[in-house]
Amino acid sequence: MPLNTTTTPPFVAVLVRGLLAGLIAGLLAGTFAYVAGEPHVEAAIAIEEAATHAEPAAGAHDHEDALVGRTGQRGGLFLATGLFGAAMGGLLATAYVLLSRRRRGDDDGRSGLLLAGAALLGAVIVPFLKYPANPPAVGDPATINQRTVTYLLMVVLGLVAVWAGSLGYRSVGAQAPTWLRATAAVGGFLLVTAVSYVVMPSFQEVPADFPATLLWSFRLASLGTQVVLWTGIGLLFAALMHHERRRRAGTALPST
Amino acid sequence: MSSSASSQPVVHPAGSVRLLWPVLATVAVLTLLAYLVAFDQGAVSRSGMYLHELMHDGRHLLGVPCH
Repeated sequence: MPLNTTTTPPFVAVLVRGLLAGLIAGLLAGTFAYVAGEPHVEAAIAIEEAATHAEPAAGAHDHEDALVGRTGQRGGLFLATGLFGAAMGGLLATAYVLLSRRRRGDDDGRSGLLLAGAALLGAVIVPFLKYPANPPAVGDPATINQRTVTYLLMVVLGLVAVWAGSLGYRSVGAQAPTWLRATAAVGGFLLVTAVSYVVMPSFQEVPADFPATLLWSFRLASLGTQVVLWTGIGLLFAALMHHERRRRAGTALPST
Repeated sequence: MSSSASSQPVVHPAGSVRLLWPVLATVAVLTLLAYLVAFDQGAVSRSGMYLHELMHDGRHLLGVPCH
């Protein structure tokens, strides 16, 4: 029995909740990034500027006569994560609506959380392990276009890997034991991930004298920012949808 | 979408073909928004490099290749 209009809210209602969840999660991620990541960005910029002063011809990314000062960029962090979070929350809500016809029975928030987890794994963790985030002063400006394209491609491949995992899970059949379905899921996911890691080009552009601990700390803070973002989107979206469902159940027939 | 429309009632909002254009428009707008934050260098925002510079730290900490 497919869902009816009582249990599935209209697209706009879901979309608004996704955007709101994304905006709030984005601001939370921005707060995390400000506390955990900004000190490392500052330290990296200090190294970058020291290098630029040593050899003026290098001039990778001039922060001195920039349009926006460092204070503005630190504040702009919240604008960036807020807008990015809203966009991601909206896309999650759209995916939620598109997949809702596959859902059986009432949604208890699981599918929203599963989608956020899938996005975190496919669009963040898989690309991050191949192309980890770089602080200022790391990365050759000459290869930025190539790195941008390969990064985006890796995001797509990561999502394909997650999709292959879910395909593996379902292909084994519902009567199969859980361990077998999970093994098929892991197999499908790892197959796509491993092949794309081998096929996609690598970039080794960390300067030899860049502090390894700073690079590690920055990358951990960057990954943490995305983890906060997607965990927040998943939890907030599930909570908002739960609230919406109860509200609709209260005004319409108390069917649930 | 068409296969689901034939197998399910038309009133069902999620599987309906009526959602095709709203969904496409939403995805387009949200992709543009994410592009503005992560990759635009003034070509779309028409603000020169201002927005790009303003969101510099966010790009780095979201893990997007920046420079």
